[in-house]
Formats: sequence, structure tokens, C-alpha cells
Amino acid sequence: MTRLPHALSMACLLVACLLAPGPAAAAAAALPDDSIYRLEDRFSDQAGQSFTLADRRGKPQLVAMFYTSCRYICPLIVDSAKGVEHRLTPEERARLGILLVSLDPARDDTAALASVAAKRKLDPARWTLARTEAAGVRRVAALLGIRYRALADGEFNHSSVLVLLDAQGRVLARTEKLGTVPDPAFLAAVKAALAAPPGG
Amino acid sequence: MRVGLLAAALLGIGACAGAVAAGADNPWRTLPGGEFASVLRYEDTGGKVALRGFALQQRPVTNADYLAFVKQHPRWQRGKAPVVFAESRYLEHWAGPTTLGPDAKPDQPVVMVSWFAAQAYCESIDARLPTWSEWEYAAAADETRADARSDPAWRERILAWYSVPSGRPLPAVGQSAPDVHGVQDLHGLVWEWVEDHSAMLVSADNREQGDPDAMRFCGAGALSMDDRENYAVLMRVAMLSALEGDDATKNLGFRCARDLPGARP
Repeated sequence: MTRLPHALSMACLLVACLLAPGPAAAAAAALPDDSIYRLEDRFSDQAGQSFTLADRRGKPQLVAMFYTSCRYICPLIVDSAKGVEHRLTPEERARLGILLVSLDPARDDTAALASVAAKRKLDPARWTLARTEAAGVRRVAALLGIRYRALADGEFNHSSVLVLLDAQGRVLARTEKLGTVPDPAFLAAVKAALAAPPGG
Repeated sequence: MRVGLLAAALLGIGACAGAVAAGADNPWRTLPGGEFASVLRYEDTGGKVALRGFALQQRPVTNADYLAFVKQHPRWQRGKAPVVFAESRYLEHWAGPTTLGPDAKPDQPVVMVSWFAAQAYCESIDARLPTWSEWEYAAAADETRADARSDPAWRERILAWYSVPSGRPLPAVGQSAPDVHGVQDLHGLVWEWVEDHSAMLVSADNREQGDPDAMRFCGAGALSMDDRENYAVLMRVAMLSALEGDDATKNLGFRCARDLPGARP
């Protein structure tokens, strides 16, 4: 019993440390060694807002790569993420972020991203469509285990993957089984991540 | 600490004179570019690649070059680089995070470096990794020809490298004769990272639904090997495409490339 107040005070101290304002470098240092949020590239979203992956800490994320002019598989990637979303409770949904990174930074500017977000009715509270420079695209793809190649006609040949990250940017699960009906094992991993205490 | 300093001083004596800044003694060679027939025959390209002129480092990056880099950029030192960017074997043959030691001579090519680390090194000198096409184009040359690939003697010479046991210590860079572009060691020393190693999708495209493999690639990207006799290059493709960006292996190094100002295909 005497240990409880101690544990509590330690927990409070920990929370205080986490909440204490500090330089960006200190925040980055606190990321786990195996977090893809270690990536320092800058991204910008469908509203033109700049961010780094580390800014997405705190919520589990569903991440995929796509490009706006893609006619075949990419709409299915959006459908697949929506499929996962539809199987969640409103509370679970509110605890999940969804990030789609463009493979085609040359053509996918802010307007192109915003247009897809509007056309597909993607709620900006949960969905982020993002672009970064070409070298950063290759780095994100490498971290997510996504392979792609630009084709002569402007399309891309790419592996289609949904990746689940924990609140610290560590890869928890991935699936290449796409469709409006989610891969059951992947959906279970998403639900488990959303049940975990926030920040864990 | 004193031992470390002593070791560093001894290594300094053995190092090439002037190897202070990363890559300072590794000259840039200009390659003219143009249309090139790649051994990778994708459905969409038919194997034809249009290359802009580019600059390539004459030799692979050495341990001395890489040591200068990690001293300037401590976040890439062994033990500091996050495992997500460089697996646990990263630079494991070095004596310490900023000490080469007996298993890493200053003029040997640096190996046990991940793709992320190689990319960071190149960016630190305002450069990038070469693309596969650039590397393949450069590696087609011999001492007198820009494209020596159809010569059976050229192939034999490259294949001979693969019969050398890989347990042997790596030779120093710059021992081979410069090719027609002035570039050395593209064959016979180490494998080299390329920027788009993960783009070499050695797999047939198939858009049928149901089979998980069928969904992997979007678009027309079927690949066939155009030149089955060019084993040396095909072995590189197989090896590079199997790697992940955080992998570090014993015979894998890199060199950097740069765009030429104003170059267009």
C-alpha cells in the first residue's frame, strides 16, 4: 500500500516531463529507437499545413501510400482504410488517425490532395493526405516496406499496403489484403491498438 | 580514452593524406548520359532508359570518408543511429563509434552501412545515391568503351570476381584501372547501394483479385530480364532488390552521384 503513492508520484512526474515544453530535439530523442517517426522529413497536408511524422504522436495511425491520378489500386486503398473505419465504434474512430502519403510529389500538390479529400469525403479531423519531397517519399516507402517504381506513362507500379502504427510510430501490423471488407487479422490489430492506453 | 586517441593517431598515419572532409579526395567524374539499354526490360520501357548526364564519385566511399562524416554528424554514429534506419550490425567491424580499428582500414570501402545511412552521407556532401539506371549505365563501361557489355571477355572478367572467396579482407579502393569515364571499382570490389533499389520489382504484374500477390503492384510494370547472359548485373539486381533500407551487410558499400547543372535527357 505504501508503494502506491510513490508509484503515483512517479507517474505524475513522468506526465509532467512529457507535457513540459521542450525543444524539438528533446521530443525527438524521446521517440523509441524503432519508431518511423524518427524520420525528419517535412510533409504538408491537404490544407497546405506543414508537419513532421513526430507531430502525429499520441494516436495510433493507419498509414498507406497512394497518388491522386491513380485509377486502379489507389481508390481501393482509400476504400480499404474506409472499410477499417466503418468497422470501428465512434469512440474508436476518434482515437485513430489516417495518413496517406503521395508517391507522386511532382504532380500531387496541395490542390490535388485537397481535391481527392473532398471527392472521397474524407473527414479532415481524421484523414491526412500528405506530400513530401522525392527523397523523402523513398525514405517513407522504405520505412513502411512499400516498393514502387515510376512508369513511363506517369503511373506508378507499387505494392499496396496498409500499415498500422502505434501512438509512438512503431509498426504494429500490415496487410496487403485490400478491399472494403477489412482483413480480419489486421482489423483485430487496429481494435487492439485502439483499446491500449493512449500514449502506450 | 588515451588508448582511443593513440589508435586514432596511428590510424591517421595510415590514412591517405588529405582525407579530412568526407569525400574530399574522391573526385567527381562526368558521365554524358543518353539512351541506354537496361538489362531490366520493363513492359512500359522496353528496356530503354533515357539518362541525363550526371556526375559519379570515382571510387566507392572509404572508411576514412565515412569516419569524417560520422564525426561531423554524430547522429549517424554506431549506437546513436536509430535501428529503424540502421540495423544492429551497422558498422560493427569498426573498433568504436569514431574509431576504425584493425578490421576497417581507412582506404577500404566502407561496408555494413544501411541505405538510409548511405543516403545521409551523400546528402551531407550535396549529393545523392545513384539510381539503378545510372549505376548500370556507368558499370557497362570498360577502359576504352562506354558499353562493353556485348564483349564476352568483359563478362568473364566480371564473373571472375564472384569466384573470389568473400571471407578475404576487402582490397583498398582505387586499385582497378579507371574506365573510359575515369570511374573505378564498379566491379570487383563491393556491391553498391542505389537510390531506387526497392523499385526493382522482380515480380510479374497481375491485377486479378483474390490472390494477395496479385494486388501488390498497380499499373503495367511486368519485368523480364532482357539479357540472361549478363549474370553479373542480374546478380546485383537480385541482391539489391532483396534488401531492406535498414540492412547492413559485409560486402555492400556505396558511392554518391550528383545532377549536372542544366542536364536534360
